[in-house]
Amino acid sequence: VIPELGYGATVAALVLALWGAAAAVMSARSGSAALLRSGERAAVGAFALITACIALMLYAFLTFDFSIQYVAINTNRGTPFYYRITALWGALEGSIVLWSWMLSIYTLIVVFQYRRRQPELYPWVLSVMLGILAFFLLVMTIPAPPFERLTPIPPDGRGLNPLLQDSGMITHPVALYLGFTGFTVPFAFAMAALIVGRTGEEWITITRRWTIIAWYFLSLGLLIGGWWSYHVLGWGGYWAWDPVENAAFMPWLTATAFLHSVMVQERRRMLKLWNLSLIILTFGLTIFGTFLTRSGIIGSVHSFTQGSIGIFFLGFLALALLGSFSLLASRMERLRAEGVLDSVVSRESMFLLNNLFLVAAAFTVFFGTVFPLLSEAVRGVKISVGAPFFNLVNIPVFLSLLFLMGVGPLIAWRRASAENLKRNFLKPVLAGFVAAAALRAVGVANGLVLTAMGLVVFVASTIALDLFRAVRARRRSGDGWSAATWGLLLRQNRRYGGFIVHLGILVVALGVAGSQAWSVQKEVTLDRGQSAELAGYHVRFDGLSASEESNHAKVTGAFTVTNGGAGGDVLHPAKKFYPQDQSPIAAVDYRLGFFEDIYVVLGDFANDGSHATIKVQVNRMVSWLWMGGFVLTLGAALAILPDARRTA
Amino acid sequence: VKASWLKWAIPAAVVPVLLLLAYGFKTNPHDIPSPLLNRPAAAFSLTTFSGAPISLESLRGSVVVLNFWASWCVPACYDEAPALERTWREYKDKGVTVVGVDVQDKEEAAREFLAKFNHSFPNAPDPKGRVSVDYGVYGVPETFFIDRQGRVRFKVVGGLTDETARHHLDALLKEPS
Repeated sequence: VIPELGYGATVAALVLALWGAAAAVMSARSGSAALLRSGERAAVGAFALITACIALMLYAFLTFDFSIQYVAINTNRGTPFYYRITALWGALEGSIVLWSWMLSIYTLIVVFQYRRRQPELYPWVLSVMLGILAFFLLVMTIPAPPFERLTPIPPDGRGLNPLLQDSGMITHPVALYLGFTGFTVPFAFAMAALIVGRTGEEWITITRRWTIIAWYFLSLGLLIGGWWSYHVLGWGGYWAWDPVENAAFMPWLTATAFLHSVMVQERRRMLKLWNLSLIILTFGLTIFGTFLTRSGIIGSVHSFTQGSIGIFFLGFLALALLGSFSLLASRMERLRAEGVLDSVVSRESMFLLNNLFLVAAAFTVFFGTVFPLLSEAVRGVKISVGAPFFNLVNIPVFLSLLFLMGVGPLIAWRRASAENLKRNFLKPVLAGFVAAAALRAVGVANGLVLTAMGLVVFVASTIALDLFRAVRARRRSGDGWSAATWGLLLRQNRRYGGFIVHLGILVVALGVAGSQAWSVQKEVTLDRGQSAELAGYHVRFDGLSASEESNHAKVTGAFTVTNGGAGGDVLHPAKKFYPQDQSPIAAVDYRLGFFEDIYVVLGDFANDGSHATIKVQVNRMVSWLWMGGFVLTLGAALAILPDARRTA
Repeated sequence: VKASWLKWAIPAAVVPVLLLLAYGFKTNPHDIPSPLLNRPAAAFSLTTFSGAPISLESLRGSVVVLNFWASWCVPACYDEAPALERTWREYKDKGVTVVGVDVQDKEEAAREFLAKFNHSFPNAPDPKGRVSVDYGVYGVPETFFIDRQGRVRFKVVGGLTDETARHHLDALLKEPS
């Protein structure tokens, strides 16, 4: 009965979401409180029903209910316990369920937070959010029903895609979807503000923390995706400019632009049209990303299966973009700036530049991603656009952004004086040059790396200098160093949260620059007992062993790695053979280090264990990406604390 | 905002992008070719399952259909196998050679596969995976069409059909040798 219950719950949730959206609109028009309450109850009901769908799905997975096609495809009797839970979002249908569930949670939080506080905007916000939720429930009802029955019931399932049987798959989609769906909240507020005609700063102030939360989860999702790619895919990289990575990166870029440009509107009452456009674009890009991954129109390692689902998403994308941009156009008269740009040397113009670069980056990524399609449509030529294009156009953009990251937060609003520039930037610029020169002196010759590292030191120095001065000022009022620092961080949490996020980005930037420039690898075939040498590491092939795991067979190599005279560490890269998959999966083994990782991938081998081909990599500074993620988390947490200055 | 119609330029700008995406439904992303297209095909020399040597060099002057397969590749390699044999029979007298390269396989299983489909064209194992690496194969089956000058001209990812094979071969055979 689970398929029937699940399908029933989905349809009921769809009806509730549609009713709730309509009731909220009617209440906004008529002022009827009863209709609004009914819409809210519909939102709560939809949440409860989607939660029930998740519970039913989990139950089906845990009890191996192969009468459900989705369960039969994504699990088998050997699938370990926690992968039976993550299998829930391991493929198309389940990922939509997860998406809907998160969206319904966000809707619920909006209901409880704003039902009394924003009487004018709130009904429209509720309506927009429920409307979007209704779309995802429609997808769950027609093109991608998760509870589709399978007859006859097979004795065993096919099993989860082996690449997804990894701990990263527990957190990566969850973080990513929390990011994607999170942007629905600021988008809904923006739409409500346009509909009601309150196009001032209000919607921005209300949604500031929502935007940071969504941005943070999206960043985290991207980093965890990189980690997954690094330790599962076995090519030693973390980012490949794959269309689907790009699909998640584009909204990140526009959202980052949005996070900065709203500050200009708050302070200077400019960029109203721009901010609305950015949030529409960000939301549109999250839908575009979903469309790209699920329609199969562009080849990618991440693609889900194809089907009519693409047409649903394209239709929704068209509706969302045309609808919201038309709404924007119809309110154009109200969106005139009240402030003006006084000087090019000012914080607002730096933020404008930052926006320009971020949007340019988003555009080039978009262009590169859809270019194969464009080329085929216009010239009939099939081509593929790869990493070289994206790196070529984006490296200068990202270096410029690094520079602006140092300048933007400390330059004065309106018009910066020579005094302001000198006070805030002279020492950091010198520090940057000294750092680059020092690196050059110790033998770093790569110009891009020198530039990147010099910029990182420059930005870090601006932050350190600012923090040092502020703490020193507080110490004059009698606090000790640590009390002064904590007091400052908590009192000006928004400012210093932002700075810490910037530090996190700097650490990530160091990781990217270092790993791109200094990683080395080699591929060798070793006889048993033979060693290979790479960058001071000696890797000796000790032998192979075969084993039968719960859901796959595995051939494991033993390789003793020594560096210098030390005792040595045995690495066990393996190849896993899953019955449901055509080609074996490489299981990488590695040792992470602060400055370098040793990373071994098992390639071909002789069945008698006499020789094996391996790829050995010494990947430098990759760990900094993950450390940057932790710093980013601290900064984001600080930034979303309630504003101490207002409550105090 | 000077003219009132100008503001509608923003929503209007979305339309071409949507149309482009809609066009995407008509295309097949698996056709996106490899960077090897129109480049000289990588040389290989292998020993077939029947013990005969075979190399790209020795086939110069004829059109080559280079098919990468494996016995564990279910179902695509099994689906395309009859089409490959039919293509070989139809075209072998017109200056076309079909060559199968068996990737990461067990010998007995591979021989069983060949016997099952009665393959009469040359098939060779790729013991160290070197040829598949040279051709950038990332999954089986993949098929490369190499012209008389030894350049890779078409690549097909996934099962080959009679129609696709005929389409590509007729195009290559029409070219002056």
